[in-house]
Formats: sequence, C-alpha cells, structure tokens
Amino acid sequence: MNKSELIEALSKKENLTEKKAMDIVSLVFDGFTDELKKGGRIEIRGFGSFVVRAYESYTGRNPKTGNNISVAPKRLPFFKVGKELKEKINT
Amino acid sequence: MTKIDIIQNVYDKLGFSKKDAAKIVESVFDIMKEELEKGEKIKISGFGNFVVKEKKARRGRNPQTGSEIEISPRKVLTFKSSQVLRKALNKK
Repeated sequence: MNKSELIEALSKKENLTEKKAMDIVSLVFDGFTDELKKGGRIEIRGFGSFVVRAYESYTGRNPKTGNNISVAPKRLPFFKVGKELKEKINT
Repeated sequence: MTKIDIIQNVYDKLGFSKKDAAKIVESVFDIMKEELEKGEKIKISGFGNFVVKEKKARRGRNPQTGSEIEISPRKVLTFKSSQVLRKALNKK
C-alpha cells in the first residue's frame, strides 16, 4: 500500500472526498516529520513509537577500498513497533 | 506527540469536529494496521516504508542462564526511513 492507496482507503472508510482524505494523511506524516525534526518522540498507542537517535562523528571505512573515512555526526529516526501490533503481525 | 496532538491538528487546520477528527485519525492507523497484519508493506513517500519481514528459526541463548534455546520463526515489522526524512533531520 502506498500513500495514495492509503488516502483512497481512508476516503472510502470515512466517506470523505479524496481531497479531504489527502489533507488528513499529509497532516499526519508532515506532523510526524516536524516532531522528529524538533527531536521529539511520537507515540501512537497500538501502533508504535518513533524516536530520533543522535550519533557522534566516527571514523569508518569504505568497505570497498578499505580507506578510512570520517563519518559526520547525524540524527536518525527509529521506529519501535507497539506490543499489540507486534503480536498481531506474528500470528 | 500522541494521537491527541494529531487529532487537535486535524481539528485546528481542517475544520472537522473533535469527534470526527478523532474517528478519522483512528481510521488512518486502523487501515495501516490491517494492511501490516496481512503482511503487506506500506510505503509513504517522503517519510518511509513499513515492511513485514519473515525471520527464520535460529539458535539463541538465554542471556540470564546462558542455556541455548531455539528461537522460533517469526514475522517482524521493520521501518526504513526515507532519504527525504533523514535529510530533514540533519538540516542545519
């Protein structure tokens, strides 16, 4: 399922115009992005949570050439699946 | 941020009643959950992909007792963030 299929499914389920459904789905994921940009945490009960982890710079290697390279500090988003969904997926 | 903040956002910006906003936001996650429970993936461009992966059985250890145990095959949900999101998080 991609974003437009999610929008279509929402519009059918909630009897919304595609435009309204699109506005809602966009608001959800744009809201997630904004929150993560601020370094905030997102917790959706029954679904899962998102956090941002910060990494210091470190010296890594280019696995192809073996050269040392310096990896810049970075922030990465992580998702942890909620207990309820985790169990349902596995049954 | 929790579901309540998203509902508030939908109410503030899109002109739904609180009650409708709550129901609709709940539906967004219900649709996604149903899809993932079927083992289907969800791709949200600009945000990331949720993919259900099949893990084979493997030998593991109980870290507390050190005894070997069989870890059963299982399905797990993984999230791979999109380039766009990772770039947004690292913008100066």
